Amino acid sequence: MNTSNHYDVAIIGAGMSGLAAGIRLAHFGKKVCIFERHNAVGGLNSFYSLSGRKFDVGLHALTNFVRPGVKGTPLTKLLRQLRIDRAEFALCEQKQSRVAFGPGGETSLRFTNDFSVFESEIAAQFPVQIDGFRRLVTKIRAFDDVSLDAAPVSARAVVREHITDPLLEDMLFCPVMYYGSAQEHDMEFGQFVIMFKALFLEGFARPLDGVRVILRVLLDKYRQAGGERRMKCGVTKIVAHASRASALVLDSGEEITATHVISSIGAPETERLIGSATGKLPLSPGRLSFVETITILNRQPAELGWGRDTIVFFNDSPRFDYVCPDEPVDVRSGVICIPNNFDYGPDLNLAEGIFRVTCLARYDRWAPLPEADYQAAKRAWFATVQRSARRFVPTIADDALAEATLTTDMFTPRTITKFTGHIGGAIYGAPVKHRQGRTELENVYLCGTDQGFLGIIGAMLSGISMANYHILQKG
Amino acid sequence: MTKEECKKIVLDIIADIAPDEDLSNVKPEVRLRDQLQLDSMDFLDIVMELRKRHSIEVPEADYQQLASLDSCAEYLTPKFLALVAKG
Repeated sequence: MNTSNHYDVAIIGAGMSGLAAGIRLAHFGKKVCIFERHNAVGGLNSFYSLSGRKFDVGLHALTNFVRPGVKGTPLTKLLRQLRIDRAEFALCEQKQSRVAFGPGGETSLRFTNDFSVFESEIAAQFPVQIDGFRRLVTKIRAFDDVSLDAAPVSARAVVREHITDPLLEDMLFCPVMYYGSAQEHDMEFGQFVIMFKALFLEGFARPLDGVRVILRVLLDKYRQAGGERRMKCGVTKIVAHASRASALVLDSGEEITATHVISSIGAPETERLIGSATGKLPLSPGRLSFVETITILNRQPAELGWGRDTIVFFNDSPRFDYVCPDEPVDVRSGVICIPNNFDYGPDLNLAEGIFRVTCLARYDRWAPLPEADYQAAKRAWFATVQRSARRFVPTIADDALAEATLTTDMFTPRTITKFTGHIGGAIYGAPVKHRQGRTELENVYLCGTDQGFLGIIGAMLSGISMANYHILQKG
Repeated sequence: MTKEECKKIVLDIIADIAPDEDLSNVKPEVRLRDQLQLDSMDFLDIVMELRKRHSIEVPEADYQQLASLDSCAEYLTPKFLALVAKG
């Protein structure tokens, strides 16, 4: 065997989960290489430069934030497992976020990193529901959400045992679904618990310089541990022999071998690389994709009256419909993120104002458009998305906003597929998760979105868990 | 290698994997889990670091031997001595 082309572990994809798996494995002496098709790391949580500005993709806020001294939560586990000092992430907490429902945001529930704020808002606005809500929270706190073999249960059904007002039910589901559900209408209860804890019981934070800071820390750890990385070098085929991956064919045509393969690219995407010959039904990819509009402002959003909210989850309809829309975009609900509204400390903030809006979108309405039509659709939908979202933040006159706007950008489901390779622009992957990360091949394991720990911290924990479970624990 | 040195090695490992724990008053006879917030992931890391740093193998069946600093010392010291003798 040509040892220079043989690795103990080959990892496909340099996103958060692949990097985290790589750090663990390299730290414990495995010969590891991460193969990434794109020229930047981060996968679904990355950044790009346009006219000298850096734009984050993915990260609105790092969820799962807990203050120093709080132990046993996903953030602490992650820091320990990757030997990261929490100061390296330089996390700054959110100011406040809201769930705003009704055509003008008439019902609004505020929450911060202090859970009692959310609880008292619910007590004030849904007094009949508060006892049920508290019982639900007790159940959530006690739930073992990292079990790798729990039976799936409907989250809607569990929540309805405790919450009888559909408005409150939807207001709880909206943030939780928008920040991680690959399933339409409902979620698996374990997934709901992971996200509920991540958003409400823990909280939001981010480094001043955004996702780049986190990626830089991960890359440094990986490099220090001796991990290799090949960029602009994707994997085109997993060669299977006797139920095992015997080789990986790279974009360059080169072949490498590895004792273990960890794939972070998604379950159907991995299956496609294997070119299934087992006769099993192919895994179905997710249908949920998103557009995001980004508006860069020449002043702090606070100067326009947008200084309070960090994140706003909004919905204008009688029921919250988390579903792949028929139209290219569904602007009835969405998420607003104003990254300036984290508490970066006195006199510290981002140099420019940023106003981001995410809405559900339909991949196949964007994918086939000829370039000119695609650009026109982006312009038209940008305006519609922004108009819809502005109903849920303090009113600013159109001309005042236009005058403050330096530039805008927008990504669509098509952008997501182009840069991440996820089929159908499915940010949260396929609706069916594979908790144990198994594939049809004995030595190929999944990590990342399709393994099923959600959010950025979840993605990293997924890489860690799969590296531990399948490789490190076995010696 | 004395038992005290062996305890120090284990404490040094815990200090690296759980820098947020206060290790100044760890009681050697009390289970580590009862005085520090260590979960199964952390115990796996103690085992892995023993292998990485000191070439000491702890088979899964023996993990309970690492419950307290005293039991660690009882279990690991002969392994360290065997390595020295071989070395």
